[in-house]
This record gives sequence, C-alpha cells and structure tokens, in this order.
Amino acid sequence: MDVLQEGIGELIGWHDPDDAREWVLKNKSRELKDKTMSVREAVSSFVHDGDFIASGGFGHTRVSMAIVYEIIRQKKRNLIMAGKTAVHDLDVLVSSACVNRVEVAYSFGHELRGLSPGSRRMVQTGQCKVVAETSNAGYQWRWLAGMMGLPFIPGRDLLGTDTLKYSSCKVIEDPYSHKPIALIPAAYPDVAFIHVHRCDIYGNAQINSNLVEDFELSRCARRLIITTEKIVDNEIIRREPWRTCIPFLVVDAVVKTPYGSHPCEMPGMYYYDEDHIAEWLNLSKTQEGVDEYLQKYVFSVDRFEDYLKLCGGIKRMRYLKRREFFQEPMTAPWRKEG
Amino acid sequence: MAIKGIKEGKYTLREFLAVNGARVLEDKKSVFVGTGLPIIATTLAQRTHAPNLLMVFEAGGIGPQLPELAISVGESRTFHRAVAATSMHDVMSLSQAGYIDFGFLGAAQMDMHGNINTTVIGDHDLPQVRLPGSGGANDVASFSQRLVIIIADQSKRSFVKKLDFLTTPGYLDGPGARERAGLPRGTGPYRVITQLGIYGFDQKTKRLKLISLHPGISLEEVKQNSSFEILISNSIGTSPEPTQEDLIILRQEIDPAGIVLGK
Repeated sequence: MDVLQEGIGELIGWHDPDDAREWVLKNKSRELKDKTMSVREAVSSFVHDGDFIASGGFGHTRVSMAIVYEIIRQKKRNLIMAGKTAVHDLDVLVSSACVNRVEVAYSFGHELRGLSPGSRRMVQTGQCKVVAETSNAGYQWRWLAGMMGLPFIPGRDLLGTDTLKYSSCKVIEDPYSHKPIALIPAAYPDVAFIHVHRCDIYGNAQINSNLVEDFELSRCARRLIITTEKIVDNEIIRREPWRTCIPFLVVDAVVKTPYGSHPCEMPGMYYYDEDHIAEWLNLSKTQEGVDEYLQKYVFSVDRFEDYLKLCGGIKRMRYLKRREFFQEPMTAPWRKEG
Repeated sequence: MAIKGIKEGKYTLREFLAVNGARVLEDKKSVFVGTGLPIIATTLAQRTHAPNLLMVFEAGGIGPQLPELAISVGESRTFHRAVAATSMHDVMSLSQAGYIDFGFLGAAQMDMHGNINTTVIGDHDLPQVRLPGSGGANDVASFSQRLVIIIADQSKRSFVKKLDFLTTPGYLDGPGARERAGLPRGTGPYRVITQLGIYGFDQKTKRLKLISLHPGISLEEVKQNSSFEILISNSIGTSPEPTQEDLIILRQEIDPAGIVLGK
C-alpha cells in the first residue's frame, strides 16, 4: 500500500506489537498481590532516566502531583513526556530539567490562566525539545492503539496540516473508501501515573469523574503507578465491579496520597489551589524563581504530607473542598488586569 | 475607532464578542467548545435563544449545566449536572462519526482560508514564541460540521498571508482541499468573529468574506487590519449589540468575577 505522506516527528514509545505482547507476558504479573508502597519507592522502582512518561487526568484536573514532585526530588533526568494536555505537571517537570523532550498535543500553557513562562523558556532556549506534534485526539488514539495491541489506529483528523507534517503519523489511501486516512501509531509509555478516588491494595481503581484518557492510558503503559485518595477493601470493589475502570493486572504500584492532586483539582473532593498556581506562574518567570519554588516546596520536604502543610495544611484543604462545592467565590489571582 | 457601544461605556469588547458568538449558535444542535470566550458564548446562547443547545467538552463532559465559569475544559464544572461524564475517546469518536454540529474555538493567527496557528511563532525547532499546540483544536476543526472562530484582535499580525505553522485546518489551500486531504465531507469554518466584524467564507473560493460590520466600524478599518485581501459581501449587515438581558446574564450569572469578560 502506498504511503501518501509521512510525518517527520520522532516516533516515541512505539513497539512492534509482538514485542509489546512479549514484554507484557514477561513483565506484568497476574497475581492478586499487595502493591502498596511509598511515593519514594514507586518512583525509584518504576521511573528511570530516559523514560517516556505520561501523566493521567487532564490539564489541572486529577493529576498525580505527589509523583511529579517525587520525580523532581529524585532528580530524574532526560525524560520524554507526553504533552497530552499536560499543563502544571509538564510545566514543573520541564522547568526543573527532569523532562527535556516533549511530544506536544497541548503543552506550555495553563488554559485560561495563560502561557507557562517556565517551560516555554526551556523550549525557546533549546533546553527542551519538541520532538513531535499531534492533537488531543491524536494522542488519545496512540494510547488506544497501544491498549488494543495494534500497530496503529486510523483517524480522520490531523490531515492536511503542519501538525500532521510534524507528527509521527503516516497517511495512506484507505482501501475501503479510497480516501486518504491518517495512521496514528501506537504508544506505550515506559511509565504512567494516574490519580484516582479509590483503589484497593491490589490496584483495582475507581474514578468518580470523567475518565479523560485514563482508560486507555492505564492499559497501554508498561508500568503504571496509581496514587489514590483512599485505599478501600477489595470487598468494596467487588460489590460494584462495574465502577472499576482500571483492573489490578495493569497496575504496578498503589500509593495512598490524600490530596495527591494538589494544587490541581480532584473532582468532587477539592478544587484548584489558584493561589498556589499563581505563585508558581509568577515565580517561574525566571530560573531563579523556579529554583526558589523547588527549594521551598520540593527539596525542603521529604513527604507529600509536609508539602501540604507548607501549602496551608488542613485549613487550606477544607477551603478547597468548599470551593469545589461552590461554597466559596471564584478567584483568579493570575488574571492580568485590563 | 472602536465599536460605538464600547466607546459609550455600555459594554466591553469581550461582552460584545460573547454575544455575537452566542447568536451564531442554534437551538437543538450540539457544540464542541474550547476554553474562554467559547464557553461563555455557548452558556449565554443556552440561557437566551438556545435552551436545548448541547454543550460537549473534549475531556468527556456531555450536556452539563454549568454552575459557574469553567477554567478548564476538563474540570468538574464541565460535567456538573451533565447527562454523561465519559472520556476523550468517546467524545472525539462521536465527533468523528458526525454528532457535532458546531465547533467553537479561539485563535491567535489565521489565514484567508480560515486555517489557524496555535503552535509556534518563528521556526518550529527553535521558536521565537512557543504556543501550546493544537490541543483539541485540530480535532474540533476536522470533525465539526461548522466551525466558529473568535479572534479578539484582528490586525496585520493576526490575519496573515502565510501562517508560521498550520496547526488546525480551515479550508487548507482552497475549494475541495479538505476533501482531497481526507477530512470529513462538508466540514469547515463557518464564521469568524473579530473586534471589527463577522465573516463567512465565499462559497466558490473558500476565502474569508465580510458579512457584517460591528456598529461604528468602517469597511476601511477591516481592510487595513489584514495582511490578505478580505472579500466583501454584496450586502453587509450590522452586527447585533448586546441587549440589557444579555448583559445581565453575562455579568451576574456567567462571569460575575469578570475573569474572562473583564470588569
């Protein structure tokens, strides 16, 4: 079949489907065993220099920030990150020089809050490379092909644009409709980290909100760290198994981290900490500011609980809970006047 | 020259843009919305002429009743009292399969065929300014039957002859180009709303065409604030002004803190 067009973006995290199966057969346990561990242990066991990493949730919502901070604390380097509407997580990881390559669907911005000064500076000075472009559906469907054990999935987006030209997709003539169609290659992150509402010690996880890309991402990632607001008994999971969106056999680590998404939102539990996000956006305007932030919130503390105390502790968390339920007014401390 | 009502202090530019964005949308249709003004315009449409307009968000929110302004298209507000909170795969697949009537995006740089750049200014590999990239925009513009674009500052810098990077497809290089590239048949940009006027696309050439001027704006201003030649409709209308009801809804219900609309 003729390839009509070939993107020049670097093909990140692709494996031959037989090699991918073989890796799973060799490395993923089907044993129902206790996978609980500390944040430190999860990161030192499953995140390695040079890995292709992916973070769950979307934007500033349901993000495994406890893992993000620990990656910085352990000074992981040379990471490639999936820019799948990765916002605060990616901004902090690029600014702290842990991630130096990104495949971008949406990165270097904070949606309504504006652009990310820290990670943009790293890109504009050549310290972080954009190795490929894609779109949100384009990325999502890389996970889908991966979880299905397929080499690619066809899509009718990206076509005709520079986004495709700088992607790792190919375009062929579809043998059925005889129209051009994009082939979106599978992706298998070396490690993904996803924050959930509840999970048992084996890794059976339930999410009380939109799943975004996490159904697919959890299944295509080679290693998966689940951070969870709450650990529940396996009996609770078995009572309503239809609520489980991630089954234990794809999970490698379970880490209990209440408020583990802070300063990002956890739907139905706590809202964005806009003051904290604004502090980051302000400090990250300079490299000195980035260093100041990291010293204050990452390197000076050992545990996520201590970080939370620095952010205002239980009083602040209660405020964020009231904010989630509209009992406090909206604030936008990052807003530019005018 | 500014829009007459803005000079007179009756409303702000963003309020004007939100109202005109809302007016384009139709009742009993679906709209795939992006961050910022599109969310506000869609909510206003729902609370005025289009109560059964279905709002869809890329992270999986389908048919929410927004209790307050959503900062992100993935947060809990985007599925508050929704009919479903599913996934990106679900929403993007529905879009690809033809369930989305309107796409609604903001943009910074556009060419005469409605193609959009949100990736880089300058060279791709070492850019002058790195922008966030496509996000869901390429998908929304590929799959929505009719795409609506808001550009708040039309100028020679934002209406360009050649984009630094073609992130999101308009009519690509002209008539038939979308279909030749493999994009779904009959899709494409429908309206562009700026601080000066409202534009459609010429049927034959698929080029940007002025169809309505905002009150107090001259044709000359429209032409001056573009690096490419804008086609002019034979019968140019006057864009509607916000009504008192619109302004009350915008200021008291949708964005009382003035986060997007300003104060």
